[in-house]
Amino acid sequence: MSVNLVGTALATSAGLSGMAAAAALCSPVRVRVPMVGVLSALLGAAGLVAGGAALAGHGFSVRMPDLLPLAGISLQVDALSGVFLAVTGAVIIAASVYGIGYAAGPARGRLAQALWPLFAFSLLLVPAAASVSTLLVAWELMAIGSVLLVVSGDPADGRVREAGVWYAVMTHLGLVTILIGLVWLSAAAHTETFAGLRLAAAGVSPAVRGGVFVLLLLGFGSKAGMAPLHAWLPRAHPEAPSPVSALMSAAMVNLGVYGLIRFGLDLLGGGSRWWWLATLVLGALSAVYGIVQAAVANDLKRLLAYSTVENLGLILVGVGAAGVFEDSGHPLLAAAALTAALLHTATHAGFKTLLFLTAGSVLHATGTRDLDELGGLRARMPVTTALFALGALGAAALPGGAGFPSEWLLLQSLIHGLAVPGIVVVVVLPVAVGAIALSAGLAVATFVKALGTGLLAKPRSAAAEHAHEVSGTMRAGMGVVAAACVALAVVPGATAPALMRATAAALRGPGTSLALGATRQLTALGSTLSPLLVVALTLGAVLLLRAGLTLVSGRKRRRAPVPLWDCGAPPLTARMEYTATSFAEPLQRVFDDVLAPESDIDVTPHAESAYLVERIAYSRAVPDRVEHRLYNPVLHTVRRAGRAARALADGSVHRYLGYGFGSVVLLLIVLAAAQ
Amino acid sequence: MIAALLVSLIQVLIVLLGAPLLVGAMRQLRAVMEGRVGGGVLQPWRDLLKLLRKAPQRPEGTGAAFRLAPLLGVACCAVAAAAIPLVSTRTGLGAAADLIAAVALLTLSTAALALAGLDTATAFGGMGASREMTITALAEPAILTAVFALAAKVGSTNLPAIVATTLGHGARLASPATLLAAVALGVVVLAETGRLPVDNPATHLELTMVHEAVVLEYSGPDLALIELGAAMRLTVLLGLWSSLFAPWGVATSAGPTRLLLALAVFAGKTLALGALIAAAEVFMAKLRLFRVPELLAGSFLLAVLAVTASFFLA
Repeated sequence: MSVNLVGTALATSAGLSGMAAAAALCSPVRVRVPMVGVLSALLGAAGLVAGGAALAGHGFSVRMPDLLPLAGISLQVDALSGVFLAVTGAVIIAASVYGIGYAAGPARGRLAQALWPLFAFSLLLVPAAASVSTLLVAWELMAIGSVLLVVSGDPADGRVREAGVWYAVMTHLGLVTILIGLVWLSAAAHTETFAGLRLAAAGVSPAVRGGVFVLLLLGFGSKAGMAPLHAWLPRAHPEAPSPVSALMSAAMVNLGVYGLIRFGLDLLGGGSRWWWLATLVLGALSAVYGIVQAAVANDLKRLLAYSTVENLGLILVGVGAAGVFEDSGHPLLAAAALTAALLHTATHAGFKTLLFLTAGSVLHATGTRDLDELGGLRARMPVTTALFALGALGAAALPGGAGFPSEWLLLQSLIHGLAVPGIVVVVVLPVAVGAIALSAGLAVATFVKALGTGLLAKPRSAAAEHAHEVSGTMRAGMGVVAAACVALAVVPGATAPALMRATAAALRGPGTSLALGATRQLTALGSTLSPLLVVALTLGAVLLLRAGLTLVSGRKRRRAPVPLWDCGAPPLTARMEYTATSFAEPLQRVFDDVLAPESDIDVTPHAESAYLVERIAYSRAVPDRVEHRLYNPVLHTVRRAGRAARALADGSVHRYLGYGFGSVVLLLIVLAAAQ
Repeated sequence: MIAALLVSLIQVLIVLLGAPLLVGAMRQLRAVMEGRVGGGVLQPWRDLLKLLRKAPQRPEGTGAAFRLAPLLGVACCAVAAAAIPLVSTRTGLGAAADLIAAVALLTLSTAALALAGLDTATAFGGMGASREMTITALAEPAILTAVFALAAKVGSTNLPAIVATTLGHGARLASPATLLAAVALGVVVLAETGRLPVDNPATHLELTMVHEAVVLEYSGPDLALIELGAAMRLTVLLGLWSSLFAPWGVATSAGPTRLLLALAVFAGKTLALGALIAAAEVFMAKLRLFRVPELLAGSFLLAVLAVTASFFLA
């Protein structure tokens, strides 16, 4: 009997998760945090092994009918699940090691520490699920775990509580739409296992399939931060402890994409073109809206959360394009677009983990996330600054960064998309390319702002001035993920065979046109990108220039310090620096109509005379406009309805009995009419 | 392979050595048209050599980002010059000479310089960086959509492939799609090189300067590299534009005489484009910073029209 590597690794991770949770509950605080960290990192490693084995072609399938009443638990891992298992596992390793040094205050408590490995395991369970009931159970475990972890940082803080409520409500509304969609589908197909659905889906009427897909798009899309359902993301990610933010932003949101690919492309078999055009358009919208909000955000972690909205939007563009191409009979293009989406899932997970962990280090060292109060950290926290710069390079999708190869691949697939007939495609594709380009350009501006004002320059507050480099385990956690980012940025071609297997699992068609085995470069659809060559050449040119300069300037290596230009009115103080707010001001003006910023000037005149000014207060805020326009009216209506409903419950028992009687009568009438 | 590497080397050298001459020629033409004597075509090279001899300095409080940006600026332009078929379509990067990668490399050098501006912690540096990044961010959609229009016809974003296809089908250049894309990319080239009407390279007025505000703290050899980088950027972008929309003269083989001819044609084309810009600048005023987005949005619309035209009029 041969041992299945995927199954063994998954079982190991389940065991480790239980051990870590038990250790967290039983052990004293001193050993609790390191033990949970190490065991969770091993759990992540097991997930990575399971994902890697699945990507290498090992399949795994198991059914445990007794584990859960009625339906049992069914697990199956193919290459598509493997991508998400591997990405999640890698993120868990880095975040767990980092968490050992990071955990402080309430986050060191029994419950918070026990939740971490359980949440991590639930993230591995979702992509391994092979039946609707198993998926829903894993999904709900993941939702509950993440909600509790979000509020574990500082439950007494009002903002944390508010973020927790928003997130809990939105994630459960998402669960409800997914639940309705999947139950509807299972009822129509008379089966709930994925294998059965795959066979029976073709027999389900197109109207039902369309309805199911819309529900799934809403549910999975809200988990993936798709605008306008992204409102929980910029609230929950900043308030959660940083390793939790990293795990949510780099691993959990991906599972929304996994759900869409698994059900839309794989189980429902592609469906109609409008499904995927809707996905593509919503993805492009999320990408632009997310990055515009990120460009004007001052809170470092809020900025990163909006950047997640942007990147998941790009991934959705890839998934949508894959669906459109598959529908119109271009399997090669579809495979390229889906490969781009999966590669971007991996690269985004890499650089976003790195960015959230480094942002956590900044928060840990200074106690603030406000970019306007940071600065000057490059001398005080050199390792963190260098690693943040690496992550920012990835997020800005510039050569040498992790995000560049995947966005390049996405653009390649879209450029060839004009081969698809149809007026809608001709209008949508160039605008989608424009949206990707705009989001890439704004991402450069955003991350120049985050790095330049947050970590470079001079400190703008005492907190930033007294910052110190973070502990060894935190640096180790950041270092692990930084190495992964460099690998993905320089040799993205190494992932090609694995990704090709994953797209083949999702599309059931022929393989992609990605060059097999060519790890040094990425070749797709007649174009080639060689990040290794570009990076090597640029670095070589820099070194050559430096050497040449030393030769010309005659060994005058020591640079004499000179004062900065202060317009003849010294001293230059930190208050004269450009802040993140002032850096983003031109962009805020350009996107005035989209952002609708609220600014307020409050002039207080002197008591003696109305003409003398005593005080001027200026305040500016850029609220999330979608939240204002879309969510607040709904919340108001719900609140008003709730208040109005109070009149129905006046405490009279007779009345309540009357309600019960009335309802039963009504129900009987309806049933009689329906017969 | 050796011949291809040699082509890349020649391209880098001609851009490196010729870029200051192009800037000198443009300044001289402008001076003559404005009734001034001017410093001569060689003046930028004289400035560079003088700056290179000075002692390097470290403005207080600046770090690695400040020191790295000038080097990266020149290096990125050099790699782009090696990749773009300026003289011959057989460049040393071969299949890896990608249009999107070349554009992204130039954006990388802009971003590095903006970081250096912020790193100085002065108001000027921050102001320039903010304006520069705003313009770059808004220019990006126009660039990539124009790339889309060009690449969709060829079926690849490989630069030599695009140029070779255009050389093979000269009539395509007159198609509406190509003309629209040419105008769109032309506007972007002006914005990306900091020319009028987006930025005035001759101003040091804090209300209007963009690029000059970022580099205010540089001096000596660092400033020399910055100036060289800016000149190379102009040359590379003009070369890219002419390779895409006026590729005549670009060699498709690697014969020495053919290369020499191509070199002369490249110099002539770039000088002509530079002269056109310089002459236009005499009669042009700088746009207000907040009118620049309108210009770039117009350029993006032209690029979208180019894509649609390439589909409907193919």
